[in-house]
Amino acid sequence: MKNDIILSGVGGQGILTIAAAIGMAALESELYLKQAEVHGMSQRGGSVHSNLRLSDKEIASDLIPYGQADLILSVEPMESLRYLPYLSENGWLVTNSKPCINIPDYPDIDKIIKEIKKNPNYLILDAVKIATVLGSPGSANIIMLGAASLFIDIAVEYFEKGIQKLFCRKGEEVVKVNIDAFHAGRNYALNKGSSGK
Amino acid sequence: MQRLMLLGDEAIGQGAIDGGMSGIYAYPGTPSTEIMEYVQNSQEAAEKEILREWSANEKTAMEAALGMSYAGKRAMVCMKHVGLNVAADPFINSAITGVRGGLLVVSADDPSMHSSQNEQDSRFYGKFAMIPVLEPSNQQEAYNMAYTGFELSEKLGVPVLIRITTRLSHSRSGVEKQQSKSQRELSLPEDLKQFILLPANARGRYANLVKSQTAFEAVAEDSKFNELYPGKNKKLGIIACGIAYNYLMENFRDQKPEYPILKISHYPLPRKKVEKLIGSCKEVLVIEEGYPIVEEMLKGFQEKGTKIKGRLDGSLPRVGELDPNHVAISLGIKVSYGSKVPGFLPERPPALCKGCGHIDVFNALNEAMKKYGGGKVFSDIGCYTLGALPPYNAINSCVDMGASVTMAVGAADAGLKPSVAVIGDSTFTHSGMTGLLDAVYKKSSVTLLISDNYTTAMTGGQSSLATNRLEQICLGLGVEKEHLRTFVPLKKNHGDNVKIIKKELKYNGVSVIIAQRECIKNVLKKKKAKGKLSS
Repeated sequence: MKNDIILSGVGGQGILTIAAAIGMAALESELYLKQAEVHGMSQRGGSVHSNLRLSDKEIASDLIPYGQADLILSVEPMESLRYLPYLSENGWLVTNSKPCINIPDYPDIDKIIKEIKKNPNYLILDAVKIATVLGSPGSANIIMLGAASLFIDIAVEYFEKGIQKLFCRKGEEVVKVNIDAFHAGRNYALNKGSSGK
Repeated sequence: MQRLMLLGDEAIGQGAIDGGMSGIYAYPGTPSTEIMEYVQNSQEAAEKEILREWSANEKTAMEAALGMSYAGKRAMVCMKHVGLNVAADPFINSAITGVRGGLLVVSADDPSMHSSQNEQDSRFYGKFAMIPVLEPSNQQEAYNMAYTGFELSEKLGVPVLIRITTRLSHSRSGVEKQQSKSQRELSLPEDLKQFILLPANARGRYANLVKSQTAFEAVAEDSKFNELYPGKNKKLGIIACGIAYNYLMENFRDQKPEYPILKISHYPLPRKKVEKLIGSCKEVLVIEEGYPIVEEMLKGFQEKGTKIKGRLDGSLPRVGELDPNHVAISLGIKVSYGSKVPGFLPERPPALCKGCGHIDVFNALNEAMKKYGGGKVFSDIGCYTLGALPPYNAINSCVDMGASVTMAVGAADAGLKPSVAVIGDSTFTHSGMTGLLDAVYKKSSVTLLISDNYTTAMTGGQSSLATNRLEQICLGLGVEKEHLRTFVPLKKNHGDNVKIIKKELKYNGVSVIIAQRECIKNVLKKKKAKGKLSS
């Protein structure tokens, strides 16, 4: 078993929280893990990404080679396209649809969505909208994780345990909100029937 | 055994805690910051009463660590690669004085310059100082090297340099913890002259260091961090240093490598192992992160015998960070790219945060400077360096910590008028104060703008030694009271702030203007923490 995941977004959007949740879940299921993060200057609103590798065998490189990622999980649509050379032939692109526009030359969003849909396997969701309906607008990232969890070889119970561990310091209420968000995302992806061509 | 999920930086911190460290000294700098932060947040370090406060700069940190070693205890000092330039004087000389308590110097290099001004390779510093260098290939090794490094330093009587690079610093993986060692007792050197580098003593100490090189090499030869793995195909031998070993092995995930491989993570180079590999193979490929230091050593000035390949002959890129793809190409292994990045995708560079005080500083400065034209503002290293980018285009230099002040002085000497320096609070106390003393002494015509956000912001909001001390420092250095001005950089104060800057630009002497407003990130962090407490 091997899952190579690229997490992408804009500095400050909280992709490290998603990475930490997957990391906790991987630890619970006793998988090997390597997770390369971006710290420093890029965190000030620039493009950021994280390489997350899970395996039942020991992992050599902290970085994923080209064409080998099983999943791109992006919390921003344009950023999901930046890492396409890393996506494998059968890999999935799962992205939030809400753009983060902090540059003057942000392209037309329709053009971006069209480009995402050129991939054989993709899932686009409005995580912010789902979070708002859920009554917890801050949980969009965990909704994204829930949706992407369909393509990660970790059982749901381990994700739940991971989220529990990650948020337990913030109280039971926060844990519950995030577990609900995880399932909302996962159910959305299930109902969508995984919109591959 | 307890398994922790740690960044490479954190693994070094934990290894040092468990290795019997009594004090850690550092100045924040990407990618090294998380070592100190980890130790500061560690409950274990608190219980062991390990000293763990930020220093004013890397030089003071290095000297304090040497002082702790003098007093018999184990100390670690951490910095980014360019920080070692700042600490170079005590660093080089600490190899001559030698140590008593184990002394680990950690330098985190940043190839590809993710957050830096250059990609210098700290292994050269290790060679320059003639001390052993450890270069971990993964998180567990990072832990092990810090854990055993103090003893290595004590055994060899010199500081040991641990060189790590960005990717390992900021990558997380499982680390097994060892049993914690106790700290050493306070004691004085048996030879009270050991640390007095008067020429007569220094010559003796230096001769001793030169003589010790054979012993350092023998230890590296037997080091468990250096390993020669046999391989059947002798057409090629591979030397992989530090993290490059991971990138190499990534290309042999499903089958054992057919080539002999020498993994090197402990310098000086293990000569016998290197000779064995070179002697038995037709060609040798050297894979190393950073400068081609090993490749150059093996090639020599006039290459003879076995052909050495690497970053110098184009087998690997000469500059930038390595990755598994580069290594695959150098081995003739096919790389399977995914689809292309669409051509219309714009870059998304980092930017100043919404609501940041630096923005109001630059807006006021730009308006005040309008009538003088561009090219007269020197600046420094921190978030405010982003003022070089549009829409501000407000600054014209960023070289090294504190250089804004002294470059403005030099340009004023040359006749530039006005000559302005923009510097942050933490950078000012790091290396700007001495430059300001130069300016005061020479009565230079410079305007110094300190943008004080009460923190070391760029590296994630560490405490700044400057907080609540800046005005006193400037007055103490001799800045005239009537030319030490302060303002709050807010939109509503824009008009008044422009007036203050304009007035001081006209002064024929040293002016200091301190813009005071807390970093917006820290404000939001505090607000969030407060909200959580009350709910």
